[in-house]
Amino acid sequence: MILRVGALLVASAAVAATVLAAEERLEVPPPPFSDGIFPCSGCHADLEVNRTRRELTGMHDDIVLRHDEQHRWCLDCHDATDRDVLHLASGERISFDQSYLLCGQCHGEKLRDWRAGVHGRRTGNWNGHKTYLLCAHCHNPHQPRFKPIEPKPAPLRPTHPAAVEETRK
Amino acid sequence: MSCQDEGTGCVPRRKFVSLAAAAAAGWVLTGCGPRRLVEIPRERRRELLEACERTYRQAYAADVTVADTPAIPGVTFAYALDLSRCVGCRRCVYACVDENNPSRDPQVQWIRVLQMEKDKGVDFAHADPYYQPDVVPQEGHFYVPVACQQCENPPCVKTCPTGATWKESDGIVVIDYDWCIGCRCCMAACPYGARRFNWATPSIPSDQLNTKMHYLGNRPRPKGVVEKCTFCIQRVREGRYPACVEVCPAGARKFGNLLDPESEIRYILENKRVLILKEELNTRPKFFYFYGM
Repeated sequence: MILRVGALLVASAAVAATVLAAEERLEVPPPPFSDGIFPCSGCHADLEVNRTRRELTGMHDDIVLRHDEQHRWCLDCHDATDRDVLHLASGERISFDQSYLLCGQCHGEKLRDWRAGVHGRRTGNWNGHKTYLLCAHCHNPHQPRFKPIEPKPAPLRPTHPAAVEETRK
Repeated sequence: MSCQDEGTGCVPRRKFVSLAAAAAAGWVLTGCGPRRLVEIPRERRRELLEACERTYRQAYAADVTVADTPAIPGVTFAYALDLSRCVGCRRCVYACVDENNPSRDPQVQWIRVLQMEKDKGVDFAHADPYYQPDVVPQEGHFYVPVACQQCENPPCVKTCPTGATWKESDGIVVIDYDWCIGCRCCMAACPYGARRFNWATPSIPSDQLNTKMHYLGNRPRPKGVVEKCTFCIQRVREGRYPACVEVCPAGARKFGNLLDPESEIRYILENKRVLILKEELNTRPKFFYFYGM
């Protein structure tokens, strides 16, 4: 009996924690949607929901999923019935500006570091108001791995000051 | 001989002479000559800063402000850089240049990004600061940006013969460019190669000048003085992040108050694998490198 009550308490605590997490609102800039794509219901409201996993043709064929694509596809994150939101594994719906909760389901330790301000870029004040970025601001959610970038120019090799003066003449 | 009598109230000649010599020495040491910024009374500092502002306004035809914002009590600044995330793109180097008014020609840069081989580990002997591939990061390499490590036990300060460089109470090692005589002893003493010398008159195009200046930081330097990273003293003492922190596209750069248990820096020190450069020298840097993943 005591064990059962204990299990119940643990279960309810877990539920409370999930609810709290979903209710938490962090100040983030607007999610990085492609131009004119949001709200998704603009098109999807009139479309029939097709839950069959398939290769997309026509619309969204520019999206190439390189993010555990063997196991996942669109509707694992995007909500089938309300396209303007995402959903967690539990089925709970969350808005796009809470997408970090979705990412954190798999990347829990990254979410923990991000909340602490250690993963990801911060701007603003070290002792006051900081601007957070969503995971999706830096990582394309469909292809999250960073692409190599071009480096800025290397420093000049040291030259003798007389030579420098010479070039200035 | 009455002066040798204790009871008369008279000072013996030997004692008088030594007292007078001590007083004269004290007057010479404290009373005359130019003084460093730290020693100048507050009301006279304003005049000094205004003189600086006038000079720079004339030289660059820009609306320059020179501040002397003091250290915030209860704050010791520290920096942390994630070696597992830095991609070596040098965005930080150029953000620093835009912020801190170093000479563009001859080129002076405070941050130097070293490319190292993963097989060799942190190995300065085989590091390459001049790498220029089409894209970074390069396979088999990692990147270690090095600037002033803001040592708690700074060898540069110990060696400076004029007291032109010192550690402020918030831990930033600063230079008074008006007191630097350009002997470069500090550059020889720094084990991190973090100090730069102005071999020629610095040149900064007027349109690239950052007009928000700090006396001990990014005000334009004269020829023949040493300069280095100040954690962007003009920004951080007003609560802002340094320029390099805000620009890093990989989010590898972290900054905060070492004395605040809730700060990002303390989280890193308590939860991540952290290293400092050349630990064996007991310089005790406040610039930490860590592995975020």
